[in-house]
Amino acid sequence: MSEGNGTMTTRDDVIDFIYAETRMLDEGRYTEWLDLWLPDAVYWMPLDYKQADPVNATSFLYEDNFMLRLRVERLNGERTFSQKPKSRCHHVIQRPFVDLFEPEAGRFQTVTNMHYVETRLDEQQLLALTVTHDLAMVDGAFRIAGKKVELLNCDAAFGNIQLLP
Amino acid sequence: MNADDIRAMVQPGRVHRDVYISNAVYQLEMRHLFTNAWVFVGHDSQTPNKGDYITTQVGDQPVIMVRHTDGEVKVLYNRCPHKGTKIAIDRAGNTGKFFRCPYHAWSFKTDGCLLAIPLKKGYEGTGLSETQNGKGMQAVGAVHNYRGFVFARLAEDGIGFQDFFGGSLSSIDNMVDRAPAGRVEISGPPLRYMHKCNWKMLVENQTDTCHPMVAHESSAGTAVKIYEQMGNPEPRPPAMQIIAPFMSPYEFFEDMGIRTWPNGHGHTGVNMSIHSKYDAIPGYFEAMVESYGEERAKAILDENRHNTVYFPNIMVKAPLTQLRNFIPLGADRTLVESYVYRLVGAPEQLTAMSAMYNRMINAPTSIVGHDDLEMYERAQEGLHAEGMQWVDIRRLHTGPEDFETEAVENGTTERQMRNQFHAWAKFMTMSMEDAPGVAAE
Repeated sequence: MSEGNGTMTTRDDVIDFIYAETRMLDEGRYTEWLDLWLPDAVYWMPLDYKQADPVNATSFLYEDNFMLRLRVERLNGERTFSQKPKSRCHHVIQRPFVDLFEPEAGRFQTVTNMHYVETRLDEQQLLALTVTHDLAMVDGAFRIAGKKVELLNCDAAFGNIQLLP
Repeated sequence: MNADDIRAMVQPGRVHRDVYISNAVYQLEMRHLFTNAWVFVGHDSQTPNKGDYITTQVGDQPVIMVRHTDGEVKVLYNRCPHKGTKIAIDRAGNTGKFFRCPYHAWSFKTDGCLLAIPLKKGYEGTGLSETQNGKGMQAVGAVHNYRGFVFARLAEDGIGFQDFFGGSLSSIDNMVDRAPAGRVEISGPPLRYMHKCNWKMLVENQTDTCHPMVAHESSAGTAVKIYEQMGNPEPRPPAMQIIAPFMSPYEFFEDMGIRTWPNGHGHTGVNMSIHSKYDAIPGYFEAMVESYGEERAKAILDENRHNTVYFPNIMVKAPLTQLRNFIPLGADRTLVESYVYRLVGAPEQLTAMSAMYNRMINAPTSIVGHDDLEMYERAQEGLHAEGMQWVDIRRLHTGPEDFETEAVENGTTERQMRNQFHAWAKFMTMSMEDAPGVAAE
């Protein structure tokens, strides 16, 4: 239903994008996934519950474009020992809330509850997430302008979380 | 297992694998090593006001660190003297003027002394007041607050704080001196990273300079490759400052140097380190000169120690104002808590740099941490192989070594690991009955 200039964008288009992005992660289509990101966008995973400041206190992740690219390229490296064998992941997502819907300005924000499963060898972990997406409509396509992934149990001790929740 | 058995596990250049995988050894470490040594508890900025407390562990012992009404920091066993209930289980809080057990309302002053018991006449004539339980919450043997960093010795008697740490305190000094105001404050909660491996593997890795360019090639090497593909743009992406130096060649790490001090302490980065080439932060040097004068400010900032191991189980990274606590939960289980501190009086960008390093290197989500944990856990499993009983730590060990004196050597030596095991045997056995001539002072 989207017609290029974005003015025909519906809430369902926004929601479909969130599902499609999540599917890319689960299917390991990382190159395609990286292309969704605007160059200045940041992937933030806070360490503290309701953390306000991402940079002056420790976060789990605050990844700029370089770090995201490094993370993705590393996954396929010959000497990426912690990914021999590789991890797999799986998201189950609730229907996203579209909290900001401004097609004329090309700006959208969604909040989505997810259950994230990551597995490798005999280990499997389950994380409950609240994911906030800031989206922009650029040349008729959605792009990620920012993503915040909050862990319900952010204050727990974790082993490796190797893929992108 | 007696003192001779423990001593036999540490030989020149090698240690028996049971020091990592034996549950019996772990239990002895908790009752002896972590009882006799000075162990990190917390930073006093975590409990700035009277009644503020944190809960943590010293070895496997549950403790509360609390700011008493006299302003001093106390460390108490986190156990009601009545039935053993933990008095507090939140990681931080304020208890006001007294602790109150939630089970039967026994209450205690913040130095542990018994304050009140409901229906106290029921204890008349029972002899409770003559017992240890009747006195209140038990305090640990000794507490020392060194420039804000609080350490405890569980044993009532034993080595003094200054004698235990000696010259190694210069790394904490350098970290705190880096604050124009001469003090640091905690900045946010720590990363908490669970490792299915023995705590000593983590401590050893702090001065293992032959692994970064191998284990971290996938992160640091890939970072360098991507940066080159981009045409080496300036300013560098933050990851190039922080992660790329892990790919430095062996010669770089040799030249860094390693210093060891008595009692198992030591550090990498005597001459320079992977932290030496960070971009200057505007306004910081000026603030340091104002506080210390130019000569002293330069001396403080020219010291770029890499990792300082405070035996038994913390690492301090002075140039980035970080502390990592390797909390032993079992022979094969270690909780790593990684803290960053704010340099009071310095530009906030320094805190941001410390927090960035912490998340890029020390987080459960870190692409650097992933490969370290992979190595530790593979080793924890591999050490069960019966065909070979010893772990080798003899790199650059060519003759008898005297660990009772300070030494500086080639940065790729495993001397600091040997130094730790020398101290390990010493503090393990000093309170064992069959240890000759090592009665507590």
